[in-house]
Amino acid sequence: MKVKIGAFLGGAVFGIGLAIAGMTQPAKIVGFFDFFGSWDPSLAFVMLGAIVVYTPVYRWAIRTWQHPVWAPAFSLPTRKDIDGRLIAGSAIFGVGWGLGGYCPGPAFTSVGAGSQEALTFGLAMLVGVGAYQLFMRIRENRTGGPADPQAAAMIDG
Amino acid sequence: MIGIAAAGLLMFHGRIAGISGIAGGIFRREPGDISWRVMFLVGLFAAGLGWGYFFPQDYLVEIKRSTLALIVAGLTVGVGTQLGSGCTSGHGVCGIGRLSKRSTVATVSFMITAAITVFVVNEVLGGSI
Repeated sequence: MKVKIGAFLGGAVFGIGLAIAGMTQPAKIVGFFDFFGSWDPSLAFVMLGAIVVYTPVYRWAIRTWQHPVWAPAFSLPTRKDIDGRLIAGSAIFGVGWGLGGYCPGPAFTSVGAGSQEALTFGLAMLVGVGAYQLFMRIRENRTGGPADPQAAAMIDG
Repeated sequence: MIGIAAAGLLMFHGRIAGISGIAGGIFRREPGDISWRVMFLVGLFAAGLGWGYFFPQDYLVEIKRSTLALIVAGLTVGVGTQLGSGCTSGHGVCGIGRLSKRSTVATVSFMITAAITVFVVNEVLGGSI
């Protein structure tokens, strides 16, 4: 139960942070990438701020803690190699982010706020996520094992 | 607050706060691994519901996008984040925060294509699509 409530609170704090930061306003996202128009650099500080808070906690926790408070072990990405899927997938994501002005987190929280645009975007996004995962599962079943041996552990984020 | 929430998810759940990874994991349907993911996304949704009630201006959409453009954008974000195993939060914040080379490359990759897309939409297509 506390794990679920903790996850809920984590999502809620994250979501409020996104709104305060301006990540839920597509015009601000587009403005951040509009280098040849009226460039708005503020979102760089949002990402930097989050990284500055996260990094010391991460380094301290994984070095000194045996395990997280509610789980037997940290579930962290293990892959180190840079492959075509990583680069191509991220490139495809970037096109969608620039086109719609939403990345996944702000899409979920903007749907909660009642945005019609976010709902359209978000439903299409879930179709994309679901279709990819379904495709991978069918492929895994056909090859008789996971296409990626440690599929879950390898997810970066 | 984004950093605090991401740090909290690491300290208590031992997980990376990557929204696309959290969402994608739901579709893998591994027993015992679903509920925290759903609850995190419900938390995001609830934040919008509550915060949007008091501060609707934080959710304004001031760019001109057709329904078709939004659908194409959603599909490419959905497929792209799964293929590239991460999005702004997982790669951009947590990944760079972990000093991961993979995530840094991924972030550079999606930043470049997002900038190119915005350039094409704003400068070539006149700002609406």
